Amino acid sequence: MANPLRQLEQLANPARFMSWSRPLMIAIAVLAAGLLSVGLYQAFFVAPEDYQQGQTVRIMFVHVPSAWLAMMGYGLVALSSFGLLVFRHPLADVSAKAAVPIGLAFTFLALVTGSLWGKPMWGTYWVWDARLTSVLVLFFMYLGLMALRSSMDDELLASKLTAVLAIVGVVILPFIKISVEGLSIPWLGIELPSWNTLHQPSSVMRSDGPKIHPSILWPLLICALGFTLMFFAMHLKAMRNEILRRRLNAMMQVQVQRARREDATNEAQA
Amino acid sequence: MIDLGKHAVFIWASYGIVAVVLTILIGWLIGDGLRLKRRLGELEAQGVTRRSQTPDT
Repeated sequence: MANPLRQLEQLANPARFMSWSRPLMIAIAVLAAGLLSVGLYQAFFVAPEDYQQGQTVRIMFVHVPSAWLAMMGYGLVALSSFGLLVFRHPLADVSAKAAVPIGLAFTFLALVTGSLWGKPMWGTYWVWDARLTSVLVLFFMYLGLMALRSSMDDELLASKLTAVLAIVGVVILPFIKISVEGLSIPWLGIELPSWNTLHQPSSVMRSDGPKIHPSILWPLLICALGFTLMFFAMHLKAMRNEILRRRLNAMMQVQVQRARREDATNEAQA
Repeated sequence: MIDLGKHAVFIWASYGIVAVVLTILIGWLIGDGLRLKRRLGELEAQGVTRRSQTPDT
């Protein structure tokens, strides 16, 4: 029986990745489009008004998936960075680099849609509380990763330093979670209180089950799955683009070397 | 047209910004891919190969 790790390594070969990722990307994108069509139809035409939020609950169908994907995107960047630093796999760096702009976009959307929900519900677009501020820090972490990578010409060094920063920055993820709900691990003696915040605790991912009525929960879950699949389709596309960019750079270097050799030959003949 | 009440502007603005940002992102990804493929095609037409590739000649 073939070694599963060996098989996975073969699939992660950039050339093989380019062959299997295209049909997978298209399938995921089609599935995402279908789920989002159903989810957004239900969000507007099936889900009722919330008894407290009224019609603004419809913002949640884009805000909550954006917030989840903002965090998942950073988790993917950190995991890929770990893969680069520990296993030195070139596709891990491709994955980390490709996930950053997509995660940045969803973090931006989480911040903006949250603000647009906050104005009618809280009476303000923004408060400097722990949840909102920590997500803003996540947004700047993404920007920092992009800035650091683009500030260096040495691609190998840039990828390693960016990977280190990504792993250090992963501390923001539990901070975002703890900022509203606190942390209680009795058997470790950890009791962190939640911060004073306007942001409500999680209503879906709770140890005692979701606190949302199924008429709103189902459209939310369908939208979340649709946006998640859309994220992965875009991530696969961004990875494919990055592999093409590296091939192009390699070919341009060969072209430059060839031109230099020709110049040297011409000078010698002259 | 669905009646979204007095806060409709906030709801439409949310969906509008999501549509705009994701359209830009998808457009950039597709455009970037097409540009890279075109440049690679141009170099291959000139007979340029990567070091790991066997030259066509």
